[in-house]
Amino acid sequence: MHILEPRAQPSQLMRWTAPLIAILATLTAGSFLFWLLDKSPLESFHVFFVEPLTTSYGWSELLIKASPLILIAQGLAIGFKARIYNIGAEGQLIIGALFGGGIAIHFDGVDATWLIPAMVVAGALGGALWGALPALLKTRFNAEETLTTLMLTYVAGFIMAYMVNGPWRDPEGMNFPQSIMFGDGALFGILFDGSRVNTSIFITLAVVLAFWLFNARSFLAYQIEVGGQAPAASRYAGFSAKQTVWFSLVMSGLTAGLAGVGEVAGPVGQLNLNISPGYGFAAIIVAYLGRLHALGIVLAGFLMALIYLGGEAAQVSLQLPAAITGIFQGMLLFFLLGADAFIDNKLRRPAFGS
Amino acid sequence: MSPPDPRLQLLNITKRYPSVVANSDVSLTVMPGEIHAILGENGAGKSTLMKIIYGAVKADEGEVMWNGRQVAVANPAQARKLGIGMVFQHFSLFETLTVVENIALVLDEPFDLAALAKRVTEVSERYGLPLDPFRLVHSLSVGERQRVEIVRCLLQDPKLLILDEPTSVLTPQAVLKLFETLRQLSAEGVSILYISHKLHEIQALCDSATIMRGGKVTGNAIPKDETPASLARLMIGRELPVCEAPLYTGDSRPVLEIAGLSQVSDDPFGTTLHDISLTVQAGEIVGIAGISGNGQAELLAALSGESTTARETVRLDGEAIGHLDAGRRRDRGLVFVPEERLGRGAVPALPLSRNALLTAHRQGMKRWGLVDYAKARAFAEQCIARFDVRCGGAGSAARSLSGGNLQKFIVGREIMLAPKLMIVAQPTWGVDVGAAAFLRQTLLDLSRTGVAILVVSEELEELFEISDRIAVLAAGRLSEAKPKADTDAESIGLQMSGLSNEKTPESGHAHP
Repeated sequence: MHILEPRAQPSQLMRWTAPLIAILATLTAGSFLFWLLDKSPLESFHVFFVEPLTTSYGWSELLIKASPLILIAQGLAIGFKARIYNIGAEGQLIIGALFGGGIAIHFDGVDATWLIPAMVVAGALGGALWGALPALLKTRFNAEETLTTLMLTYVAGFIMAYMVNGPWRDPEGMNFPQSIMFGDGALFGILFDGSRVNTSIFITLAVVLAFWLFNARSFLAYQIEVGGQAPAASRYAGFSAKQTVWFSLVMSGLTAGLAGVGEVAGPVGQLNLNISPGYGFAAIIVAYLGRLHALGIVLAGFLMALIYLGGEAAQVSLQLPAAITGIFQGMLLFFLLGADAFIDNKLRRPAFGS
Repeated sequence: MSPPDPRLQLLNITKRYPSVVANSDVSLTVMPGEIHAILGENGAGKSTLMKIIYGAVKADEGEVMWNGRQVAVANPAQARKLGIGMVFQHFSLFETLTVVENIALVLDEPFDLAALAKRVTEVSERYGLPLDPFRLVHSLSVGERQRVEIVRCLLQDPKLLILDEPTSVLTPQAVLKLFETLRQLSAEGVSILYISHKLHEIQALCDSATIMRGGKVTGNAIPKDETPASLARLMIGRELPVCEAPLYTGDSRPVLEIAGLSQVSDDPFGTTLHDISLTVQAGEIVGIAGISGNGQAELLAALSGESTTARETVRLDGEAIGHLDAGRRRDRGLVFVPEERLGRGAVPALPLSRNALLTAHRQGMKRWGLVDYAKARAFAEQCIARFDVRCGGAGSAARSLSGGNLQKFIVGREIMLAPKLMIVAQPTWGVDVGAAAFLRQTLLDLSRTGVAILVVSEELEELFEISDRIAVLAAGRLSEAKPKADTDAESIGLQMSGLSNEKTPESGHAHP
């Protein structure tokens, strides 16, 4: 029998090497998968991970996909440190998009400079509200946030479906479940001609810097970390557990809401049922892959974005199913958690007879 | 007829770890029915030696002889099969299981829980270690958990019983009772290895003693023929340090006032506090004696602010603080050293510098919500130097320190906060003799600077050494705090056990 026993001082070097190990293991398992599907692993990897980056357009798409992932993961990381598991960022993203998009629809035709900032604020508030609900349920009724955040994701999806099928449906949209296309005043400005990269990436940039400072230096971040690692020590020191729950859920909702506005006022340009290809869920992996560290998350966000792009390319060039993206995401998380288990613990072999 | 084979014989045992030689050329012999003491400080190599006997650690060199035959004890299961039972100093119980389920886990044969529960009750009553077999372990106090460990061993009919510091959680009367049990076992032919640093216990109980220091055997003795001083010299290489308690000459004012504190515990197995009143003056140490599980945890939480109570029931320097949380009470000059060092007094995975921040952030370590980590580090380094914390520096994770050193760090950290009131639970639990004396002297010196100190401890000797007044907490009731000179260990012990056997004195006698 093998026993995992905690290491007294887990290696910080290994902590940061683990994502690389997980990536290598994912690639190895991935080549086995390609081989099973009768595709040449080398060629497949070329399509998956290299081809998307051979054009400047590819790089711009990478940026577009990485931005919301990074944004959401920043917020999630705060909660994960406190062991508050918000897995409903997707729902908070949708509500953020609804709040922001609602302003765009209401003020359609108005071309004012305050429109975009108002949408950003509304989206942040919407996401924060959707994060505050589980916080209320947890602090008031001790309801497990992993369940409530996930369930509220479906509620958010249905609200969106109702709005784009009902009050906010585009009258000239051939009955498709979608809103009108937003006017230019309700869209982030394009940064580079010929690409879809827009000014919303500055929001992501600002959030990354703010969270980096927050994690590195703030007392609140320290309190959150203590609360996550040793709740009894947190009570002993007199830190408020409720404050941590509220802060981490509201902040992660807020960043997800910002990401939602970034999508509808960016590449999507309207409200519909496909505003996010699962960014809210993929961001969970990004947060862990980035070691819950603000800058690590930036790197992890780009990798995850590449998997999205590669998955699309693989569908087109290799005729692989769309599930390939999810499979790569899943393998990455699986190997990462596996590597982490061996960083925090060591394998002990009891000396049988020998 | 030739003399019987020794029950256990160790020949030239050596065990090396990468950084330290834990045992060097250790030999000892235990005869059937012999009560043999292993005497030594923490770190002397006693625990490693016991783990080798118990099969948890493998020796690099040397032989183990069992009843005259050489054996290689590969693992604890095999040790138990041979008839070796061990009561560890650090408990190995599953908190989410009941007492009887925990006991069932180590039995190597199939079991019937109901029948086993009956045996647990029988054995526990026979040896004066009352236990409810169906209680969940997480609701048990430290003292009660140790009972589970002892009963668990006794159920397996051991031929050799290893006890690691078993009396630290018992009343003086219960210690005598345990000694009776052990003598009874020894008369039945069971050998006992008794690990302790309490010299008078060893003199009272043990037939022979092996004394260890720094991984080596420094002497063999018949304890009854030695004096405490001669044993201490063998054990620590010098005279046993004695605490000095100078008279307090400063102003006397009540710092902590507890008045009519009653509290129903949230925990179904917790103890309800009944009308507790106590005053601690500046410059004095008040000790609260009693066995864990009699309201100690609840009282400490109510005083530290980890649980809040009615506003007027707790006063600090005249101000009602019963309704304030732990942080607000700390803002007003209260500090607290809890019984659990890892996970409560310190965050296991965080380095000492960040553990300093846990309570010392009030010492100008933060501004505008941002932490000055250089200051936290300097604080931790100062604490390490001043309180002689043996560790790899301020960057070491709290869990990498030994229990005694982490305790020195936590006590040091709290003292450096310049408190008005210091509350300490089990100040020297698991700390070696030298460090314990140092910690006690530190508390005495601190109190004489005008700090009020409340010490909750299960070690009576310790309370008599440092306290000015002593009260007893039993079954959630606190007796009047009496000046040390007006009381003695026996009467305190009677109050500890008397009240704890009769949970509700007014409802008549429930005990056989």
